[in-house]
Order: sequence, then structure tokens, then C-alpha cells
Amino acid sequence: MFTSRVVPLPAENIDTDQIVPARYLKVTDKAGLAEALFRDRRFNEDGTLKDPPFVIDRPGMAGRRILLVGDNFGAGSSREHAPWALAAWGVRAILSTSYADIFRSNSLKNGVLPIVVDPATHARLLELIAQNPDAELTVDLAEQGVLLPDGTTVDFEIDPFAKRMILAGTDELGYLLSKDAAISAWEAAHPPRVNTLTPAR
Amino acid sequence: MTRPRTIVEKIWDDHVVTQDPGAPAVLAIDLHLVHEVTSPQAFSGLRARGIGVRRPTQTVATADHSIPTTDRSLPFLDEMAAAQVRQLEANCAEFGIPLHGIGDPGQGIVHVIGPQLGLTQPGMTIVCGDSHTSTHGAFGALAFGIGTSEVEMVLATQTLLQRDPKTYQVRVDGRLTPGVSAKDIILALIARIGVGGGTGHVFEYTGAAIRGLTMEQRMTICNMSIEGGARAGLIAPDDTTFEYLDGRAHAPRRAAWDEAVAGWRRLPTDDGASYDKSITIDADALEPMVTYGTNPGMGIPISSRVPSPADQADPGQRRALERALEYMDLQPGQPILGQKVDVVFVGSCTNGRISDLRLAASVLKDRHIADGVRLMVVPGSDEVKREAEREGLDRIFKAAGADWREAGCSMCIAMNGDQLRPGQYAVSTSNRNFEGRQGKGGRTFLASPLTAAASAIAGVVADPRKLPGIESLAAVGGR
Repeated sequence: MFTSRVVPLPAENIDTDQIVPARYLKVTDKAGLAEALFRDRRFNEDGTLKDPPFVIDRPGMAGRRILLVGDNFGAGSSREHAPWALAAWGVRAILSTSYADIFRSNSLKNGVLPIVVDPATHARLLELIAQNPDAELTVDLAEQGVLLPDGTTVDFEIDPFAKRMILAGTDELGYLLSKDAAISAWEAAHPPRVNTLTPAR
Repeated sequence: MTRPRTIVEKIWDDHVVTQDPGAPAVLAIDLHLVHEVTSPQAFSGLRARGIGVRRPTQTVATADHSIPTTDRSLPFLDEMAAAQVRQLEANCAEFGIPLHGIGDPGQGIVHVIGPQLGLTQPGMTIVCGDSHTSTHGAFGALAFGIGTSEVEMVLATQTLLQRDPKTYQVRVDGRLTPGVSAKDIILALIARIGVGGGTGHVFEYTGAAIRGLTMEQRMTICNMSIEGGARAGLIAPDDTTFEYLDGRAHAPRRAAWDEAVAGWRRLPTDDGASYDKSITIDADALEPMVTYGTNPGMGIPISSRVPSPADQADPGQRRALERALEYMDLQPGQPILGQKVDVVFVGSCTNGRISDLRLAASVLKDRHIADGVRLMVVPGSDEVKREAEREGLDRIFKAAGADWREAGCSMCIAMNGDQLRPGQYAVSTSNRNFEGRQGKGGRTFLASPLTAAASAIAGVVADPRKLPGIESLAAVGGR
């Protein structure tokens, strides 16, 4: 559970090329990606900040952990650099009406909670932030609710397995490794379809 | 009698290893494709845990995204890209993964080499840290893009945790008319349903127009499923599929081939099976398509006009269109035909195969590109390059004034130095027209290889159907 003010970015269909431009994908680790976040939305050709600044560079936005975005956020490329960069900047939860499938899956593996709300609630949240840009929301994953300043709560759905993984701090790979016996049994009954080292004979 | 199932359900059922109550299924993966950009952190993860790759010979790697498409004998100009490719080589050597790297005759875009080698086969589960993995669905495989955390999971366990997807039938009736191709079908679909229309679903493309397509045309369609929001899109295998596969390096041989084909013939969706969603498109009514905006759903028939924000009822859509037209510097209501073009790019995992190059060459033969236009032709793989050169296509391209390059992703993703300058317009056979996708400030019109080649000659967005001799390209819509 955590409480934060909100960064509003209501445009729809924001793709992962916007979130992290491709030229920042030449890294072989996860370092420095906060600098790449929304890079071409934030900076001019000469490296100066745009005027007016992109939303995350406006006064008071640094340190906010909730992003309120438009429909189909994270469309396009499968680059996990997108949630890595969001997490590196400090984002821990996103609110939208929908997410692209791969982005949603990637986010859940990186402590960035992609919360889905219905269009009416989404409009209500946008209105709330427009009226009070410093409004604080409390995200409670265990209770699956977002507490608003007026004391009401917006409930949200989340895959129960993903919830369990995040709350327990375990990862999916650990879970899969624990299924070794079942995987071995399946492999014994299903010979590999191809051998990438040796052409078929 | 068993319940009628879709091809997606059949492949799914065949690959569920185990499933705990309330948990996603543990899904076995038949083939894992790896490239330099989305894999290094996954290999680092394996090292940190002290574990190896479970099935290195069900894994294959290539370098395609960040590599130069200029002379391969020269060193990389970009040290970060060079380091990334060296890291891939080191990772593959350490973990025993076959690599078709720079200088290997099997090198190429990961979604071009899988089918080319016969590794992509019907009924398989195929994954790659790349959203265009949906390409392999053309063979009746369940193929989808994954993130780097999932790349690590597949390397370690040859499985993934997945919820069963919903299904979405895309039926394309009728027959394409001359000058209209597979790319136009998929751009028309995405223009209809939007870039989020297929979210949570797998497309199954059916209908007479799909059956009439070659494998390479089917790959173009499945490739862009992700641009319609669907993580995967597939086409049931048929004789066209088997004919393409027969004799390829990794395809089964002799008795194993007969047995495999018998199994593949049981894959198509059963009569009476139901889909979660359906849509029908009439191929006869399609024109060449071109995008005008900043996502692949912003596409129109080439003879029509750029839409106007004032006509958009939804405020969100109106703002999105306003922003897109501002970025593209286009006027509402202007014709897209005749719009100036600076660069034309023919290539990518969408349209970088030999038949795509043949189409472009058929338009460019005995013609020359317009003054001031740069045409880049980038083969999808080293094998495609060799075949094009055997057929003399390279000479047609060079005589027309084109730049004939080495194989790679090139200007589709613009991370290797092949890119637009700010403000430039490109007609591109690739898959994404996002802001900055082909270079910071660059503006992309997505289109077919025919439209791209016609536009290179005209120097403006041009309708390939207006070119003399286009009737002889009637085969575009057929086998």
C-alpha cells in the first residue's frame, strides 16, 4: 500500500517507442533508463527541455508514483525497457482503461501495477486531477482498491496469481523452476520438434 | 464426441504442461528465437541465479536490430551496438545456443530466418523477445512476443506462464484486385478495429482471400497482428504451407514428414467451433492502403483524403488526430496522393522477403526514382539477399537509383544509424509509423512494396494501380 500524487498523461495509444525510443535499447543492462524515459517528448534536438515542459518535467512531478494515462497504454514493441524506465523514474502504479498485452505482462514483472478502471471512473479521475493536481491517491493491492481524497474507493481487478507473486515478493521464474518435475515429464512424452543445431535428416 | 475447437485451442491444449488452481498454465515452448536487443539482461539473470539454458537446441539466435546494413567487413561505427552484438556472441557461446551472427550465411531478421530455415512449423508454440513474433503464425503456429523477463524464463525452463487467450476470427472474403496486396489487407483491418482492437485476443485469419495468399504474403499479415493489439495471429496450415516447408533444412524428412503432415492436417479449426469475436473484410473492395498518422490504425484507402479532427465525435480521438496531423504536418481533408516523399524504405520483417523485393523490382524495372528521393532496399536476410542477386534484382534496384544494403531491421526501428532526419517523409514497407520510430522527427507513411516503389518513382505518394503494366502484377493476389 502506498500514497502518492498523480502524473496525468491522458493521451490514448501511447506506444513503447514514446516511452523509450529505440536508440536507447543498445544497453546490455538496465542502468540509466530513467534518462531515456519519454526522451523525445521531453527534450529538444539540442538537449534542452521542451517549453512548455513535458508533464513529468513540470514542477512538483518528480517523486510521484502514480501515472494516469489514456486507453491502450504501452502499445507496440515488446521492449521491457519501457516498464524498466518507468520503474527507474519511480512509477509504481498506472491507471488506465486498458493496456497493450505485452506491456501489461512486462509491468507486472517489474513492480509496476497496471490498474484497469472503467471509462466512467477514468473520466472521474481525470476530472479529480484537473481540479486538484495535487490530489493524493492510495493504492492498496491487497484490498484491490484505490482510495480517493473524498474517502471513496475504486475497486480494481487483478490476476490473482500476479497479485500473489507481487505481494509475496516472489517471481514467476522461481515458480516455474519449482515445476521442474512436471516439465521433465512433459518433455519425456513430447520429443523436441526441431534441433536448431542440426538440420533434419 | 469431443467439443469442436479452434486451432488456437488445439495448440494450447497440446502444450499445457501443468496448471495449479487459480494460476496460469505452464505452457511448453517448442522454439525460442533470440536477438541482441532483448536478451542480454535475460542472460545476466541466468548467471545471477547460477542456472543454464534448459534447451539450447530449441533456441536459435541472430543479430538483426542494431547491426549496420553497410559493408560488413568494416567495423561498427556505433560502439554500443558493437558491444551488444559481442555480448550476444559471448552469451550464445557460453550457453551453447546456435547463432546466425554477422558473417553467417543464415543471418537475417529473426522472423525471416525462422521460416526460411524450416524451423517455423505448424502447431508449434514459438516465442521471441520481439512483438513481431506473430509473423510465424502464418504457418499455423501459436507465436507471440514476450518481454525480457519472459525470455529469461524460457531460457531457464523452456516454458512460460500464460492465461489462455481469447480468439478473434478475421475472415477475408473474395479476391484481391491487381495492385492490392497482403499489406493492404492488414492495414485495412487495423484501420477498422484500431490499434487496441485485438487486445487480449489471438487473430485467426480465414476466408478465400487468405487461402489464396502465398506463405510470404500470409507472413506479412500475421506480422502486423500486434499492430491491431493481438499478441498473436495465425492461419491454419494447408497445402500452400506444406509446399513451402517441404525440403527446408529443419523440416522433417521422409517418413517423419508424412507423419508430421498428417498431424498438421488435424490442426485447422473444427466446424462448429466458436470465436470470442469476429469480423469480415471484403478483399474485392480493398484499395492500396496508406497511413497518414502516428499509429498503424490511422490508415486510409490511397485515393481518399486525410480525415478531419472536426469530424471526430470522441474528444480523445479528436485530440489524438490533431496531434498526429501536427506531427505529420498534414492538413485535414488533403488528398494523401501527391504528398511529397523524401525517403522510401523497402524491407523489414513485414515486407523484406524475396517476393516483396520481386514486387518492388517489377515496378522499378527500366524506371528511375525521382530526383531528391532516397530509396533504400534492405533484404530481410542474407539468404534473401543472395537470392535477389541470383535473380538480378539488385541490378534493377541499382539502375533505378536505389541503395542496395545488407540484411537487417534497418530503418524499421532506426537504431543502427539508418534513419530519417527530422521532418523528412518516408513511404515505408515496415510496420510502425509511431512518432520518431524511423528517426527522431521523421514522418512515416506505411504502405505495400508496390505502393512504396511507385512512390519512389513519382517522388510523392503514388497509386501503384496507375502505373502502366500493373495488370501483369495480377499475381499479387494469387499464388
